[in-house]
Amino acid sequence: MNTGTPLVEMKDVSIAFGGVKAVDHVSIELYPGEVVGLLGHNGAGKSTLIKMLSGAYKMDSGQILINGKEARITTPRDARDHNIETIYQTLALADNLDAASNLFLGRELTTRLGFVDDATMEAETRKIMARLNPNFKKLKEPVSALSGGQRQSVAIARAVYFNAQILIMDEPTAALGVHETAMVAELIQELKKQGLGIFLISHDTREMMDLCDRVAVMKNGKMVGSERVEDVTEDDILSMIILGKNPKAAA
Amino acid sequence: MSDTSTATDAPPARRSFWQALDLDTRLLGMIGAFVLVALVFNVLTDGRFLTPRNIFNLTIQTVSVAIMATGMVFVIVTRHIDLSVGALLATCTAVMAMTQTSFLPNVLGLELGHPMIPWITMLVGLVTGAIIGGFQGYLIGYQAIPAFIVTLGGLLIWRNVAWHLTDGQTIGPLNETYMLLGGINGTLGVFWSWALGLAAAVAAAVGLMSARRTKVSHGFPVKPLWAEGAIIAIVVAAILGFVAILNAYAVPERVVARDFERWGCDAAEGCTAAYGIPYSVLLLIAVAIIMTVIAQRTRLGRYIFATGGNPDAAELSGVNTKLLTVKIFAMVGMLCALGGIVASARLGYHTNDIGVLDELRVIAAAVIGGTALSGGIGTIYGAIFGALIMQSLQSGMAMVGVDAPYQNIVVGLVLVLAVWIDIQYRKLTGAK
Repeated sequence: MNTGTPLVEMKDVSIAFGGVKAVDHVSIELYPGEVVGLLGHNGAGKSTLIKMLSGAYKMDSGQILINGKEARITTPRDARDHNIETIYQTLALADNLDAASNLFLGRELTTRLGFVDDATMEAETRKIMARLNPNFKKLKEPVSALSGGQRQSVAIARAVYFNAQILIMDEPTAALGVHETAMVAELIQELKKQGLGIFLISHDTREMMDLCDRVAVMKNGKMVGSERVEDVTEDDILSMIILGKNPKAAA
Repeated sequence: MSDTSTATDAPPARRSFWQALDLDTRLLGMIGAFVLVALVFNVLTDGRFLTPRNIFNLTIQTVSVAIMATGMVFVIVTRHIDLSVGALLATCTAVMAMTQTSFLPNVLGLELGHPMIPWITMLVGLVTGAIIGGFQGYLIGYQAIPAFIVTLGGLLIWRNVAWHLTDGQTIGPLNETYMLLGGINGTLGVFWSWALGLAAAVAAAVGLMSARRTKVSHGFPVKPLWAEGAIIAIVVAAILGFVAILNAYAVPERVVARDFERWGCDAAEGCTAAYGIPYSVLLLIAVAIIMTVIAQRTRLGRYIFATGGNPDAAELSGVNTKLLTVKIFAMVGMLCALGGIVASARLGYHTNDIGVLDELRVIAAAVIGGTALSGGIGTIYGAIFGALIMQSLQSGMAMVGVDAPYQNIVVGLVLVLAVWIDIQYRKLTGAK
């Protein structure tokens, strides 16, 4: 496995905020049908790394290749144009709008006259929600009226609906109950089968061992190393996170 | 309020009468407040408040502030504020007054009364408003200066730019055609008012039915047919009732006698005429429709509300929030120019104090109309009702003979009370 062209290749990327090197010459790649987990302490640079891929931050130096071709990603729109979808930790939902408006935010369906087509968008939302979360009924309410799990499913639906090739999930299960967490795990397996590449960020090492094919550990803005999950134990990963050393590489 | 059951669910067996109507309770509340204010003043003035004449005056006095308030809704929805609208209005009317009385006749050689003068003037005014508003929006959006500061500075700057341009003088008289937008100087007359009212009633009915058909075609739940019919009946009655009231305001005999041909008579004797819908009110209605369409049916409107609800989410969804800010403030600038046209045309002059304190009236109108300062929530019709309620209070109290300081105290109290009621209402309905 992991032969051929990677879906995403971030080469030697760096970004600094006011002198602090949040991400310091990091390289990482993601193959089709692969789930790569990003681990590390708070402030290790996981989210920052991923935000450069999703267009929320502009990298200072480095290169991003999508399907082997160099991609210039400076805005969220650029990322979307490369079929990169992101589910943010904060979910990034406009609380005052309903599920359909959020799902299509920035990509509204319009009628021939150029007006937003709420009816069609609502119908499409019904369809995808029936697949992702059959219990979801509150289509007309502002999403502020939804439960944590329902809000999460709106954010996931938004990423899945537009045929993403590359999916970034930042703490997708942090706010969820047991049942909903299992649903997300199932969804990840399904998307994987469809050949998507998924970056997963989480603090839960156990969960990452279950969901991911490979884990990459960051510390202080640097990449400690990346290993296939079957080659390492949970203890190995923990020591990478805490000590910032790769026991395999040292051996 | 909104029905959340899907099409596959069996509809609830029996719904109450009010649920079936599925009315906008917020709109009802606003209409209720307005009716209450009107009835109280009607009693206090021995029936003088609810005469066709006073209602006519009330509507034309509301127009200028209401036009600007529709734009203020977008500003407040995106969590900004615009304190400069009154001053910007003054600069726009100063520019327009100078354009029509001095620049076009003296520099371009168009004679006074030339048919192109009013149109060029208005265009110049609108462009001026859009440029100034857009520039303020640029400072707010791209340079990240708080809107409060930019427009507070704007308040001082544009008020006094207007003063500088006119040397503080009253400029006029303004162009005759231009003054048709002032209110009583330009009205549709009885026949065209009825024609327009009927057309609007038909359009409203057709629009409501076609919205229903769209819902049915997507399998969404709709209200029962009788309820839809009742709503259409109410809307049609409201439109025609409004026209009937304005058509009931007869032109005084001496005014008719002065220029009977204008009122469609061959001779002054026996000539009766009524005003009908003023052009300025038509302008407000057009602005209201356009702004509502922008708010609800365009991407621009969707982005305005999304940005108000969660600026980060909007940005991460690819919305250019900086450019959006420029667009919103440019829009408000244009609406200030429009409000200025109506205000100066009503006076017949540009005066140095035109639009003083309008920024506060406009903000109050938007806020009384349910626009939340925390962002993301607000409606165009609410702002217009807010303006109407404010104006009713003010002219009602003037008619009753309340002293000026007490008038302002009452208006201030009402502003705070309205926002408090709105907060309680939101708590009650569980909305944010």
